[in-house]
Amino acid sequence: MSAVTYTRYELLRAFRNRRYFFFSLGIPLVLYFVIAGPNRNVHDFDGTGISLPLYYMVSLASFGTMFAMVSSGGRIAAERQAGWTRQLRITPLPVRAYFRAKMLTSYMTAVTSLVLLYIAGASLGVSLPARDWLEMSGLIVVALLPFGALAILLGHLMTVESIGPIAGGTVSLLAIVSGTWFPATGFLHTVGQWLPSYWLVQAGRVTLEGHGWGTQGWAVVIAWTALLAALAALAYRRDTGRV
Amino acid sequence: MSSELQLKGLVKTYQSAQGPVQAVRGIDVSIAAGETVALLGPNGAGKSTTIDMMLGLTRPDSGSVTVFGRSPRDAVAGGLVGAMMQSGELIRDLSVRELVAMMASLYPRPMDVEELISLAGLTEAAGQRTQKLSGGQSQRVRFAVALVGDPELLVLDEPTVSMDVEGRREFWAAMRAYADRGKTVIFATHYLEEADANADRAVLMAHGRIVADGPTTEIKAQVGTKTIRATLPEVDVAELAALPGVATAERRGESVILRCSDSDRAIRALLERHPAARDVEITGAGLEEAFLELTGGDGDAGAHVSGRVSSPP
Repeated sequence: MSAVTYTRYELLRAFRNRRYFFFSLGIPLVLYFVIAGPNRNVHDFDGTGISLPLYYMVSLASFGTMFAMVSSGGRIAAERQAGWTRQLRITPLPVRAYFRAKMLTSYMTAVTSLVLLYIAGASLGVSLPARDWLEMSGLIVVALLPFGALAILLGHLMTVESIGPIAGGTVSLLAIVSGTWFPATGFLHTVGQWLPSYWLVQAGRVTLEGHGWGTQGWAVVIAWTALLAALAALAYRRDTGRV
Repeated sequence: MSSELQLKGLVKTYQSAQGPVQAVRGIDVSIAAGETVALLGPNGAGKSTTIDMMLGLTRPDSGSVTVFGRSPRDAVAGGLVGAMMQSGELIRDLSVRELVAMMASLYPRPMDVEELISLAGLTEAAGQRTQKLSGGQSQRVRFAVALVGDPELLVLDEPTVSMDVEGRREFWAAMRAYADRGKTVIFATHYLEEADANADRAVLMAHGRIVADGPTTEIKAQVGTKTIRATLPEVDVAELAALPGVATAERRGESVILRCSDSDRAIRALLERHPAARDVEITGAGLEEAFLELTGGDGDAGAHVSGRVSSPP
C-alpha cells in the first residue's frame, strides 16, 4: 500500500488535463507579456527604482501561483460531482494522504507557473543574484500553503458550477487588497497585512526591498494555513453525501 | 454460522425541502460470511441509504453496523470492503489500466491488475482513456475498481443499471465467480429476476423497513404473482375468476385483467375456454404492488414509493 503511487497518478492526471494545465499556466503568462512586454525598457517603475519587467514578474508570480493553487479546487468539486470522492472514501486511503496528493497536484501547477514566469522575466531582461531567486521562490512556496488548503476547502464545499466564480473572485479580490497590481495604502494596507496573500506578494518583493517577512509575516501565513486546513478537514468529513 | 455483517435497529432520517424524510426506519439484518444477499425493493425503499450506512458513508441516527466485528470505517480502512455505488462516474485522464493500478495501490492485498482486467472483460479497453469508454465499459471498470482490493465483502448498489442484456449476463457471471470464492456479496436491485437468479437470499425493503427476508425461492413465491391481460369482450368476469390458477378477475372496457396464483395453468385454461381472447399479455406483478400488499398498503407519509418496478430489458 503506498500513497506514492496514488499521488503519482494524480499528478499525471493534472498534467494530462491540457485545458486545466494550460489555462492555469497561460493566463499569468499572457498577462505578464501584455503588461511588461511593451514596457521592457522602463528601468525605474513608479519611482521604486525597480525595472517594470521585474516588478510585474514578481506580481504575476504571486498572482499566477495563487490562481493555480486555488483553481485546483475545481478539480476536487468535479470529482465530488462524479461520485469519485465517495469511491475513494471506501478505500483504505487515509485522509492525510488524500490531502497531501491534492496539495502536491496544486503545487505542481503553481511551481510550473512560477518557473515559466521566471523564464518570461529573464526573456525581458530580468536578472537577479541566485540567492535572491532562491529566497523569493522558497518564501513563495511557503506562502502558498494556505491557498492549497483553501482549494481543498472550496472543492468540498462548492459545486462545479459555483466554484469557478467564487475561486476567481476570491483570488482577484485578494490580489487587489494585497497590493499585487499597485501598492496598497491606508486602510487597504492595514487589512492586507492580516491576509496570507499580502505575504505572498511580499515574498516576491523580499528580494526587491531587501527585508524578510518578519514575525508578523510568518505568523499570518502559519495561522491561515492552520485555520484553512482545519476547515478543509471539517468540510471533507461532513461531505459524505451523494452530490 | 458467524454473522459477518450485522445491522441492528438502523434508523436514518434526512432533511429535505419537503421536511424530514425517514429513509430507513428500523432495520435488523445479519449476514453470514459467504452469503450472497439481494437487497430488493422499489426506488425510495431505503436500499441506498442502508448501503451508505454499511460502508460508513452515512452515520445512522440510531442503531449500529458492524462489518467483520468492526465499525464500517475500520473495515474499509483494513481493505476488507469493496463497493460499486449507484451513479458513480470515473475520473478522467487515466487509461483503464492506470486507473485500476492506482486503486490497487491503495489496498494492502490487491488483486493482480492484469488478471482483474481480463476477469472484468476489459482487455481490449485497457489502454483507453476512461472518458472515452461506453456506458457498459465504464460499469465494468467500476466493477473492477470494487474488486481490486480483493475484498471479503462486496457491496453493489444497482450494478446493472446501464448495461445491455449481454453486459448483464457477463456481469452476473463474474459476480457469481467472485462469490464462489467464499466472499460475501450484497447487491441492491429492483429486479426480482436478478435477485432470483443471483442471490441465495433476498431481503425485501419497502418504506425504509424490511418486509420479508428469506431464501429467494420463497420470496419469489410470495411476490412473484403474474397478471394476464387480454382483450375479451362479452365474457362474465365471475366466469374468468373461476378459471384454475386465477385469483381475481377484473374488467376494464373490452379488456380483462386476471391476477394469477399460477399463471401457467391460468393461460392454458383461458385460451382453451375462450379462444376469442386476443392481445394476450402476461406480466410479472410489479414489486411495488407486491410490497404494498406485504406492508398492508400503508402509505406512510414521508417515505413515498416512487418509480415503477419493472423487468430488465
